[in-house]
Amino acid sequence: MERYEEGFLLAAGIVLVAFLGALVYSVVGLGIVLPTASGRVYCTPDQKLLKVLRKTPPFDNPGVKEVAPGKYEAVLIGQTWQYTPEEIDVPAGSEVTFRATSADVIHGFFIPNTRINMMLIPGEVSVATYKFTQPGEYLLLCHEYCGRLHHTMAGKVVVK
Amino acid sequence: MSTSVVYNPSKFELPEDQLKLIKWPIYFGFTLFVVGAIMGLEQALDHAGIRLIPYMPGINSYYQGLTLHGVINALVLTTAFANGFMSLTTARGLSRPLNKPLLQLAWWLLVIGVLLAAFAMFTGNANVLFTFYPPLEAHWTFYVGLALVVISTWVTSANQLITLSAWRKEHPGERIPLLAFTSVATYVMWDFASVGIAIEVVFLLIPWSFGLLAGADPLLSRTLFWFTGHPIVYYWLLPVYVSWYTMIPKQVGGALFSDRFTRVAFVMFILLIPVGFHHQYVDPGITQGFKFTSTVLTFGIFFPSLMTAFAVMYALEIGGRRAGGTGLIGWFFKIPWGDPSVCAQVLAMIVFLLGGLSGLMNASYDMNLVVHNTSFIPGHFHLTVGTAVVLSYMGICYWMVPYFEKRKLWSRKLALVQSALWFVGVLIMSRGLMMGGLAGMPRRTDLALAPYAANLPEWHIAGIMTGIGGTILFISAVCFFIELGMTIFAGEPEAAREDMPFTATVQAPESSGWELNLDRLRYWVVAGVVLTVLVYGPTLIGHLPPTFVAGLQP
Repeated sequence: MERYEEGFLLAAGIVLVAFLGALVYSVVGLGIVLPTASGRVYCTPDQKLLKVLRKTPPFDNPGVKEVAPGKYEAVLIGQTWQYTPEEIDVPAGSEVTFRATSADVIHGFFIPNTRINMMLIPGEVSVATYKFTQPGEYLLLCHEYCGRLHHTMAGKVVVK
Repeated sequence: MSTSVVYNPSKFELPEDQLKLIKWPIYFGFTLFVVGAIMGLEQALDHAGIRLIPYMPGINSYYQGLTLHGVINALVLTTAFANGFMSLTTARGLSRPLNKPLLQLAWWLLVIGVLLAAFAMFTGNANVLFTFYPPLEAHWTFYVGLALVVISTWVTSANQLITLSAWRKEHPGERIPLLAFTSVATYVMWDFASVGIAIEVVFLLIPWSFGLLAGADPLLSRTLFWFTGHPIVYYWLLPVYVSWYTMIPKQVGGALFSDRFTRVAFVMFILLIPVGFHHQYVDPGITQGFKFTSTVLTFGIFFPSLMTAFAVMYALEIGGRRAGGTGLIGWFFKIPWGDPSVCAQVLAMIVFLLGGLSGLMNASYDMNLVVHNTSFIPGHFHLTVGTAVVLSYMGICYWMVPYFEKRKLWSRKLALVQSALWFVGVLIMSRGLMMGGLAGMPRRTDLALAPYAANLPEWHIAGIMTGIGGTILFISAVCFFIELGMTIFAGEPEAAREDMPFTATVQAPESSGWELNLDRLRYWVVAGVVLTVLVYGPTLIGHLPPTFVAGLQP
C-alpha cells in the first residue's frame, strides 16, 4: 500500500511540475504577459481623483493614437458607469496597447476572446497589449461590480 | 495494527449545556442559509432572464441580493458550522470538555456580529458584495459585524488551544489524537490566515466608516483581503477534510491508511498560506514575479488535496471490497450509498474532483486571463465551496443532528433525494456558468438587465442552464431544510446517543522520530510566517504610504 501511495504522490508531483513548465513556456515562448506595476497616480483624499487625472498625462488626453506604424496606444478612464472614450477605432492588424485607470471605484476592463483582461484600480495604471487581426466589433465590458448600474458599463473596440 | 483517532474510543459525551452551545451556531448558520438559498435562486434565474427582484420585499437590487447570498453562504454559514463542528471534534478527539465561558462568548459574538451585518445588508446600506472592495463603502455596522464574526472564530480557536494544552499536561509525551489534531490545525491555520482581513477591517475600513480616515486605499485593502481570501477557502474545506479523513472511512466500513500523511496534509495548509496573489493576477501595481511565485505555491497547495484524494479513495475502496465489491471499480458501487451521510459526502467528493481541477486552471498564471472575473469563477466555486463543502456539511448533519437531538433522522429517503438533486443541480449550473465564462460572460453582473447581453447567443444557453441548475439546487435546499426541521422537531426519539463515527488507522502514529514535529504546530506557523513575509513583504512595503481615495456608497 505504501508503494501505491508513494507512486501516486510521485505521479501527482510530476503532473504539477509539468503544468508549471507549460506555464513558463506560455510566458517565455508565447510572450503572454500579465499586467504588472505600471505606474501610479498620486492623489490626496481632499483632491478629486478625476480632476487629478485630467492633469496627469496620458489621462489628460484619453483616446487612441498611432505611436508607430501599426502600433496604437489607447488611453481610457473608467468611472461609474462608463469608459472615456466609449469607442476605440483601429485598423485590422494593429497592435494596441491599452493604458487605463479608474477615476472612482474598482472597475474591470475585459474584451472577451482577446488577451485583454485587467482590473482598473484607483491610483494604479493598468497596461495590456493585444494585436487585433480580425476585423469586427469587440465588446469592452466592466467585469467588476462597481455599483448600482454596473451592468450598463461597456464600450467597444471597432477594428476595420 | 490499528489505532484510534480519539483519545478514548469507548464512550465520551460532552455535557448537555456544552452540546447546546455547539449545535446552536450550526442551526443558526443553516437558518440564515434559507435567505442565502432564496437569493441564490434569484441570481440563477436572473442569468436565464427571469427577474424575481420585483417580487422580493425589501430587496431593491440584484447586488443587494448578491451581497446577502455571498456573505451568508460563504462567510456566515461556513463560520457558524466550523465553530460548532470543530469544537465538537476537538472535544471528542481529546475526550474532554471545553471551556464553557469561551463557548458562550464565541456564540454571542457570532450572533451579534451577524445581526449587525444583516442590519446593514437588509437596509441596503452595504451593497458591496462579500468582497467589500473599497472605495465602495458600507455602513459601519457591516464592517463591525464581520469583525465580530472573525473574533468569534479566534475565541473558538483559543478554546481549542486551552483544552489541548490542558490535555497535553495530563498526557506528557503522547501524540495528539488525530481527530483533535486536524481540528486544532484547521483553526490555527485560520488564525494565521485571518490576520490580513483583520488588519484591513480594523485599521482601514472601520476607522474610515466612522469618518476617522479620510479615504480608503483600494489596492492595499484588496491585497490584504486576498491574503485571507484564499486561505479562507481552506477554512471552509478543512472541517470537511476532517470528516473525509477521520469519519467517512468508518462510515463506509473502511479505514484511514496513514495517520502520518493526514497530519502532513494539514500542516501543508498552514505552511502554504501566502497564495492570495493568484486572485490578483490581472491587478496593476503587483509585479509579475510575485504573481508567478503565488502560482508555484498554489500548485504546491494542490498537493495535499491530491494526498486527500488518495487517502479517501483508499478508505472507500477498503469499505467497498469488504462489502463484497470486486474488480477495478466494482467496489465503488458497494459502499453504503443508502446512508445519506455517506451518499451526500461521496457525491461531494466527486464534484470536488471537478472543482479542484477547475481551480488549478484559475490559478494557472496567464491562463487566468481567459477566465478572470467571468462566470467561470462562480462555476468553479459552486463546485468547491458550494458543493464539496456545503453538500458535505449536509451529509455531516445527517448523523450530527440525530446525535445532537437523540432522535432518528426523519426521512432517509428525503435525505438521499436531497443529495442526488444537489449533485445534479450543481453539475448543470456550473456547466452553464463555465461555458458562459469561456464565452466572456462576466460574473457578479445583473445579466437580465445588461444591455450588451441580449445579442450574444453563447451566453443565452449558458444562462438557461444556470437557471435550471440553480432551480434544482434550490429544491434540494428546501428538501434539506424540511429534513433538518422535521428531524429536530419530529424525529423518533432514541434512548441513548450513538457515538459519532470515527475511523481506525492502518498505520498508527509513531511515538518517536521526525513525525513528532508534525504535532508542534508553532514551528509550522513560524515557517509559514517567514514565507509570508518573503512573498507579501515587498509588495506591501513598496505600496506604503497608503493612497487614500474618497468612498462611494453603492
